[in-house]
Amino acid sequence: MNEKLFEIAEAPIQIDAVIQKVERREAGAITTFIGTVREWTRGKQTMYLEYQAYIPMAVKMLAEIGEEISEKWPDTKIAITHRIGRLDISEIAVVIAVSSPHRKAAYEANEYAIERIKQIVPIWKKEHWSDGETWIGDQLEKVPYESGKPNVKDVE
Amino acid sequence: MITILLFAHLQESVGKDRIEFPIEQLTVKELKTALQQDYPLLELDHVMTAVNEEYARNESKVTAGDIVAFIPPVSGG
Repeated sequence: MNEKLFEIAEAPIQIDAVIQKVERREAGAITTFIGTVREWTRGKQTMYLEYQAYIPMAVKMLAEIGEEISEKWPDTKIAITHRIGRLDISEIAVVIAVSSPHRKAAYEANEYAIERIKQIVPIWKKEHWSDGETWIGDQLEKVPYESGKPNVKDVE
Repeated sequence: MITILLFAHLQESVGKDRIEFPIEQLTVKELKTALQQDYPLLELDHVMTAVNEEYARNESKVTAGDIVAFIPPVSGG
């Protein structure tokens, strides 16, 4: 396979290129999720974001999410590209494309993928607000990793 | 020698993105404690650890040559 289904990119993401990776004759549906940089979060204004990744492990974890999805939704094909570096408001941070014969699986697998990205993929986001800056962590609880890797909200 | 990779706020607390630690073997937990003696890494009890790109538990062994990454709460997407 020449094309890389799971990528960390430093340049702007080309949405069409991600979609093309999952196009195939068996597919009757392709769902695309585009994660963008939001300006306002609960009254706070974001000036720009900075994403950092542990690149080799991030690619590996994205591929692992791909494997989880092929077990849960066997007829799907998925491609994920996540961007790192400085991103301005409205720029694209992540694109997830899933194709499947019927639409339900494509929708479900796509949502599953973004939830898992937020749990296990080593990518961090630094918010640069109008009045300061902070690294964001989404997980709130601290629980042991039953399978040797984090499944759900693992650390504070 | 064990290589330790730091990200996000951990990287900023220490002021660099990697530490070479002259140790032959110990557990993840022992490594955290040892590092805390030399570096301002109070949050280590609350971060995940990956050994050679696999998430690892506190009891996991780390041996010379391994690459250990401390993974603060992730926030991709």
